[in-house]
Amino acid sequence: MIVYLFILLAVLAIGSALAMVINKNVVNSALFLVINMVSLAGIYLLLNAQFLAVIQILVYAGAIMVLFLFVIMLLNVEDEEKLFDKFRVKYFLAFILGAAVVGQIFYSIAGVTDMLPEISSNMAEIGTVEAAGDVLYTKYLFPFEMTAILLTAAVVGALMVAQYKIKKG
Amino acid sequence: MLEIDWFLGLSAIMFSIGIIGVLIRRNAVVIFMCVELMLNAVNLTLVSFSSFHGNIDGQIFVFFALAVAAAEAVVGLAIIIAIFRNNLTVDVTEINLLRW
Repeated sequence: MIVYLFILLAVLAIGSALAMVINKNVVNSALFLVINMVSLAGIYLLLNAQFLAVIQILVYAGAIMVLFLFVIMLLNVEDEEKLFDKFRVKYFLAFILGAAVVGQIFYSIAGVTDMLPEISSNMAEIGTVEAAGDVLYTKYLFPFEMTAILLTAAVVGALMVAQYKIKKG
Repeated sequence: MLEIDWFLGLSAIMFSIGIIGVLIRRNAVVIFMCVELMLNAVNLTLVSFSSFHGNIDGQIFVFFALAVAAAEAVVGLAIIIAIFRNNLTVDVTEINLLRW
């Protein structure tokens, strides 16, 4: 049962990622990315990471993708008219490089997979909101506060950059 | 039962799709979305190792990675808007501000 669920979610994730790259329309690409994020949240649930699944949907599929859609609306971008209508060396090289990266990562996974310890009995206790908050507010309190400063700096910096306009003439 | 290799394989495939997207697309917003896809693939690796080892530190790391990704998205999209306001394009082949 859980294997079929994983296969369903994995096919959904890979299919929506491919559709995002191939699709000409930018808005459709953003919506396919939302599907990808949601299926990834489902995979997090399969891994018993409930806290991260909720955060993934709230932050990624919610906040960040709404930001992307707002920017697409502001830019009123036109479609790329020359996508895959003729063979280009750039695409060929890109797919070769992608296949090489897949092969490389698979090779390193195959090299390390025998060395992993046989731990899977206590998977269920990990990843709840309680467990995550317990560690987050004791052991990782300082990085957590640094994250707040980082987000503030990002917002102020984004406002400054977005308002910048080069004087013409 | 699920093995960890499946999750790592899914993560590898998604990461490579993101690389291909960054290389072949010309719209800066789509390139940015592909970078987000690559970040998500790496997050999946961290979560799968974390939960198969029974150690929560990896998931906390993913939490911080999410916060950094949000900040990065905000700043990056602001830069794209600034470039668009000055050049009226988001096509990365036509943006040559730093090229000489």
